[in-house]
Amino acid sequence: MIIESSDQVSRFSWLKRFPIPRNFKVTPESRIETGRTWPVSADAKRVKAFEIYRYDPDFGANPRLDTFHVDLDDCGPMVLDALFWIKNKVDSTLTFRRSCREGVCGSCAMNLDGTNWLACTRFISDMGTKAVIYPLANMRVVKDLIPDLTHVFAQYAAIEPWLHSKSPEPEKERLQSPAERSQLDGYYECILCFCCTSGCPSHWWNGNRFLGPAVLLQAWRWLTDSRDEATGERLDVLEDPFRLYRCHTILNCTRTCPKGLNPGKAIAEIKKAIGERES
Amino acid sequence: MAENPGNPDSMPKHLRPLSPNIQIYRPQLTSVLSIANRITGLILSLGAVGLVIWLSAAAAGPPTYGVVQSVIGSCAGQVVLFGCTFAFFLHLCGGIRHLVWDTVHGFELRSIYISGWLVVAASVLLTAAAWGISLLVAGWPQ
Repeated sequence: MIIESSDQVSRFSWLKRFPIPRNFKVTPESRIETGRTWPVSADAKRVKAFEIYRYDPDFGANPRLDTFHVDLDDCGPMVLDALFWIKNKVDSTLTFRRSCREGVCGSCAMNLDGTNWLACTRFISDMGTKAVIYPLANMRVVKDLIPDLTHVFAQYAAIEPWLHSKSPEPEKERLQSPAERSQLDGYYECILCFCCTSGCPSHWWNGNRFLGPAVLLQAWRWLTDSRDEATGERLDVLEDPFRLYRCHTILNCTRTCPKGLNPGKAIAEIKKAIGERES
Repeated sequence: MAENPGNPDSMPKHLRPLSPNIQIYRPQLTSVLSIANRITGLILSLGAVGLVIWLSAAAAGPPTYGVVQSVIGSCAGQVVLFGCTFAFFLHLCGGIRHLVWDTVHGFELRSIYISGWLVVAASVLLTAAAWGISLLVAGWPQ
């Protein structure tokens, strides 16, 4: 199957996860237990099951998987609508981040049927027979579907994502030609939902030192900006066996980006820029 | 790093759980070919040890060489050799794909998937061709 754009959902119903034990490399506090199955409402005609990761820090219990039954005739078309339906009608303690409900804020990024995406831009009809929802992969969980993004935002801060200039400040704005401005296309649109970083196996194993695709895409966004005058220093910071070169071009990032951006290509551009300045 | 900077009262009493990663993330052509490239690399380094054993046996003289040859010629030996051939071609084609990526070409999602399936098809065909030619020229090992 050839994937043309990242919003294409895999139609394969087999091999939904790697053939490894459920608790492979899972530390005791992260083990997922069987949760509760919530009842089906009696007057519902079209019902869809949602298996959702739950964790409540107030009880000290392990995470669990709850099963909810959503009445599709009473619910909007997107996965975020289903989450709201559950929160309003079944269990008000279900916790998740959301804001814009149209794919521009990046708050509702989560793992839907095994890949990361925004709950507000994924149709319920594109989910499996039993929809499975986890928080963004490989993140510390604050509660239910809310990941702790402290670490990835600290990594973002580490690349100093603002304009660095040495030349004296101009009287008006810094000008760019249309051609220079177009260099930012495909990079400035990033909404920092961290779907890519959370889907990157290299970041799973070396996330403490590898910056990950989202942050590296942002790094390239500043490297390729004609107004930025710190290209050398930026490349110095990135030229490191871990920060940049833990990227092994797996490209789960490009496959999963809900904005259709290409972090894999941005990282290749950085590697090429470092190679070219050394030759 | 403090998990809740500025509010020690809200520090969780327990370590926050880590959300699952490899245990739940869907296998895709991207990640499967990446792990396949690693595994075939490992198989090839073990195969290199086998190659050294074979060459050393040849240098040691006909009796030793005969023993090693009979091991390679056995059914299990042929299966392992076939696996090594496929690993060699998969690793080779995957390596060429990575070389192209290093020039910042072929990163559109469509190209990633086409080149991925090409790597799979090419390694199957090359393995079949290598064994076909070998059997035609040398015949089945006695």
